[in-house]
Amino acid sequence: MDVTIPILILAIPLFMFVFLGLTGMKMSHKVAGILGTCGMGTVLVLAYYTAFQYFFSGADIFINGAGERLQYLVFDQTWLQFTENLVIKLGFLLDPISAMMLVVITTISFMVHLYSMGYMRDHHGVYEHGFQRFYAFLSLFSFSMLGLVVAPNIFQMYIFWELVGASSYLLIGFYYTKPSAVSASKKAFIVTRFADLGFLIGILTLSWYTGTFNFTELTSIPVEGMAGVSQVNIGTAEYVRGIFANSAAPTFMGASVLTWALVLIFMGGMGKSAMMPLHIWLPDAMEGPTPVSALIHAATMVVAGVYLVARLFPLYLMEEAALDIIVVVGAVTALYAAMVACTQLDIKRVLAFSTISQIAFMMVSLGVARPEFHHGLGYMASMFHLFTHAMFKALLFLCAGALIHAIGSNNYTEMHGLRKHMPITHVAFLIGCLAIAGIIPFAGFFSKDEILTACFGHSIFWYIWMSAVAGLTAFYMFRLYYLIFWWKEHKTPEGHHAPHDQPWTMTLPLVILSVVSCVAGFVPFGNLVTWNGHPMFESVDFFTNLKALDWSVASISLLVALAAIGLATVMYRKENALPSKMRNALPALWTWCFHRFYFDELYMFITHRIIFGCISRPLAWFDRHVIDGTMDAFATITNKASEVIKPLQSGQIQMYVWYYLVGALLLGGITALCVI
Amino acid sequence: MFSNILIYFVVVPVIMLAGLGFCRNIKQIRAVAVTGSVALLGLSAYVLAEYLAIRATGNTEPMLFTGSWSWFEPLHINLAVGVDGISIAMLILSSIIVFAGSFASWTIQQPKEFFLWLILLSTGVFGFFISVDLFTMFMFYEVALIPMYLLIGVWGSGRKNYSAMKLTLMLMGGSAFLMLGLIGIYYHSAPEGGQLTWNILEIAKYDAIPHGWQQFLFPMTFVGFGVLGAMFPFHTWSPDGHASAPTAVSMLHAGVLMKLGGYGCFRVAIYLMPYAAKELSFIFLILTGISVVYGAFCACVKTDLKYINAYSSVSHCGLVLFAILMLNSTAMTGAIMQMLSHGLMTALFFALIGMIYGRTHTRDITQMGGMMQIMPYLSVCYVIAGMASLGLPGLSGFVAEMTIFVGSFKAGMAEYLAGAGSLKLVFTIIACCSIVITAVYILRVVGKLLFGPVYDDHHRTLTDATWWERFSTVTLILCVAAIGCFPNFFNNLINTTFTPEIFRVLGM
Amino acid sequence: MEITAIYYLVPALVMFCCGVYGFITRKNMIAMLISLELMLNAVDINFVVFNRYLYPEQMEGMFFTLFAIAIAAAETALAIAIIINIFRAAKNIDVRSLNEMKF
Repeated sequence: MDVTIPILILAIPLFMFVFLGLTGMKMSHKVAGILGTCGMGTVLVLAYYTAFQYFFSGADIFINGAGERLQYLVFDQTWLQFTENLVIKLGFLLDPISAMMLVVITTISFMVHLYSMGYMRDHHGVYEHGFQRFYAFLSLFSFSMLGLVVAPNIFQMYIFWELVGASSYLLIGFYYTKPSAVSASKKAFIVTRFADLGFLIGILTLSWYTGTFNFTELTSIPVEGMAGVSQVNIGTAEYVRGIFANSAAPTFMGASVLTWALVLIFMGGMGKSAMMPLHIWLPDAMEGPTPVSALIHAATMVVAGVYLVARLFPLYLMEEAALDIIVVVGAVTALYAAMVACTQLDIKRVLAFSTISQIAFMMVSLGVARPEFHHGLGYMASMFHLFTHAMFKALLFLCAGALIHAIGSNNYTEMHGLRKHMPITHVAFLIGCLAIAGIIPFAGFFSKDEILTACFGHSIFWYIWMSAVAGLTAFYMFRLYYLIFWWKEHKTPEGHHAPHDQPWTMTLPLVILSVVSCVAGFVPFGNLVTWNGHPMFESVDFFTNLKALDWSVASISLLVALAAIGLATVMYRKENALPSKMRNALPALWTWCFHRFYFDELYMFITHRIIFGCISRPLAWFDRHVIDGTMDAFATITNKASEVIKPLQSGQIQMYVWYYLVGALLLGGITALCVI
Repeated sequence: MFSNILIYFVVVPVIMLAGLGFCRNIKQIRAVAVTGSVALLGLSAYVLAEYLAIRATGNTEPMLFTGSWSWFEPLHINLAVGVDGISIAMLILSSIIVFAGSFASWTIQQPKEFFLWLILLSTGVFGFFISVDLFTMFMFYEVALIPMYLLIGVWGSGRKNYSAMKLTLMLMGGSAFLMLGLIGIYYHSAPEGGQLTWNILEIAKYDAIPHGWQQFLFPMTFVGFGVLGAMFPFHTWSPDGHASAPTAVSMLHAGVLMKLGGYGCFRVAIYLMPYAAKELSFIFLILTGISVVYGAFCACVKTDLKYINAYSSVSHCGLVLFAILMLNSTAMTGAIMQMLSHGLMTALFFALIGMIYGRTHTRDITQMGGMMQIMPYLSVCYVIAGMASLGLPGLSGFVAEMTIFVGSFKAGMAEYLAGAGSLKLVFTIIACCSIVITAVYILRVVGKLLFGPVYDDHHRTLTDATWWERFSTVTLILCVAAIGCFPNFFNNLINTTFTPEIFRVLGM
Repeated sequence: MEITAIYYLVPALVMFCCGVYGFITRKNMIAMLISLELMLNAVDINFVVFNRYLYPEQMEGMFFTLFAIAIAAAETALAIAIIINIFRAAKNIDVRSLNEMKF
């Protein structure tokens, strides 16, 4: 395959970042925006072309005779050589998930580029300060995220992992004069950095044992279908398998070191994907401009953790303890985030918690995936949900952006009854809600149904748990929907224009994403993305997914979703006293949910009281007073001693003669004594 | 003698000193300083190219461009020079920082005297890096230290007398240990009956220092150089010294002079006494491991910009010594990379702090805020420096830290599996934690200083960077980015040092 | 009775001790100078005596004595000049009160 296009996919956003970053201030806002959008558009076309080639060209480098999809290394350049084996390379790996992610990232990124042309200006059409910078950062983010998904080795992934973290930092803190945005960006960076520490140690352990960073070698052997890829070093791959099969591997605190490595790597994923207890940065990250939330904190960067686990999935399969941890973390996070989402006032925060909850679905799905059950259905379901979620969650966020832009507040208490004022946004938001709630035939239904099926195949307990969470999802989304668009008539404050739909640059992405959210569920993912590249269906047509449904699971989940929506309708469609009655019935639960179970306070306590108060400050004191004090004491003692012996140097020559005389006599005497 | 290219690293500064003598006004002084530093930059680039060309022919001599001229025959003191990949990396670093430093002190008071001492200091630095004779090395080391006293004492700010005295005395105290160690090495440099020598290459070749003596001399030299490398608990000169020093001096000091410590630890302590290095490294591993996190934690609560960066230097330089002690080639490569990276990025930091201080006349971050709105250029540079410091990929800090961690982890695991304890492993993990703490203090400063609303309305009238300030910072940023984007070039350069000779000596 | 070296050395020793005693106890600079001269002359006597009794065929001791006398003369002149100058400046030649340049 030609390397020009893959290189361009990465090079264009990078160039755009450097170019807009250096010269942006010299050009007009509009030119910068158009340049950025066109650049992203080009990348979009190239990425679609690449993904199309990968999935549908049928070339024998992408698919073998048995119809199994292969991993294909487009290029791989040495970047930094540590030792003979451990080499960081920068490359471009094409396989089902990276091709899928190319599509997701470029689509959402392009939509956001386009949308921001309208969003990042006020009602008079004046562009916001730093508009060019915004596009530069968006390009940087796109570059980093694309580099992350196509990484052929875990270290390249780590490199771009850090870069997406930094671009997320820059974009969350875009309104840098606002203290809350500054602290949110700081928090996001530090929390994910902490998780990355685990990731790094995991990488170090894993690479030390296996002697390689390359995904192809780490994951190919257990996957029979991918073993035939010519670019794999079979020797290393066999060695990796040998290491994992070796039950006598060194253990640490009761678990094998390899399990620890995988759990630590998952910790990195927990940080980026906002799993409990490292989720606290994501709700605050909503301080960034809304398009950024749609791109980074809903559709792409936050699923990097899921992507990471999916990438290393064959390794996780060999250490099932790690997968069990993933299930537990995911399931708890899903429930927690869904409960919190039911009580928040800020629409972006509701969406943020909903994102956390949905990503947790993907994690659980990966955790319950086993090759024995429907060819690793959970893996496929997770990636499918990642895809559909990216679309409908970006849609929801962009709708939220349109609402915020129209109303000038994030708070739904200032919205209410907007359905007549903003019809397009209303429909788009409704589609998004239906998709996330899992109503047939919208995108979320299919992917969520696959996840629940996978859970069902793994354990009934987690199936019931996740179904309940799915019901909660439907409830809080429709609560939000009704509170924004129904509840009561909208009252426009004095001196304001009535809210209305936004310009075409903002509306067009909404329409496109709505359409995608309606039809994305029919994409035959089972034939495109599976854990070992083996297709699930013999043949595909438009209704493959529908035909493949396990109706016993699907009907239950549909019923749950409809019941939840019904409940939300009863409670929130018209202004009434039911919600406050509900709240008063369970005041403690409501308060805890409203305060997000006091996680922020807990972290505040840990960082400010313990780390700053009990470690840093005492250390600084210790440094000043004990260590430096010792050094100063040396000087002081020397000074004091010199003060004491100074009078001997009286300047009276007669004294000196005395000293001399006494000394000379003593010496003479001693010598004499010795001689005698 | 003058046919050896390396000698010009000392000759050029001496000519600059002579040239300064004839200068009548600040323009001429600037001309001399800039011409000289460009010449040094060119010289190091030339040496680099020549060096790589010779290595490409398969030459695996431990040092190239060697030369030796007798200086004091009865004690076998020679002026012996020679370079390998590590020295060349250091020479490049020094010349870049001298270059940037000349621009950063564009408007200094009493320029003639200032540049006189500054150039004398750089003479010492360059001389140190090209020397392979322990005695001349030590002599250049002292030449580099003494001007520091005057530079801080005369041109400094704050408690400058105290700081200058403290810095000089602590470093002198270190060199007392060092001198003792060096003389000890000299008297055991050759096998019984052989001719004693100060030449590092010959000492390493004979490998004749008795093990008992090594255990005494290794701590002497390691502590001697470690003081300059800001090793816990001998680091306290660094915060005060940096805080009081003028901009260019802070740059040179943190950027180059602290590297003398790391370089010396490698070149003298470990290279000449590999046995003791293996036996005693655990003591210093603990000390340097503590430096790494300790410096970072201290930096978290300081409010003076220079103190924050000085403690950050303690942390980063601790990592250098830490990696050197791992005694494996990956970690050592990382250590040298970290020296380069830290040198450039700290120089950038101190340059920026000097520029900000020159405008606001305060370095207290609680007294400033919203600089991004007032001086966007300097603020963006500060963010870039911060990102380099916290290890953002694409800038130099990341590659250095990663190389160190991979190398130390390898050493740690090897030790652990050999049943020799888990000290290295534990301290590697502790050192890894510093990446989080670094993020905390860097982002704290960035958030308080650059972002947020403007704290003091008087600051609104301040101007952004002038052309020479831009020049100085851009040079450094480009270098930081160059290392970050193309690390393998530097990696290969440093790896040329690890010739069979070194592997034999170190038993790696 | 033969005159041995001891007949010269004892008075020289007494002279020297007087000189030391005077130098230590007297606070007047002139008196100290005189004491110093006493010590010098005692040493000179020793030189001459040892030369005469131990190496009569050589003359180095004599020469050295003459040399020392000449130097002592020059030194005394210088010292008196200094003392006079100090007296002019401080109106005092008591060493106890002349501590302006101490430390």
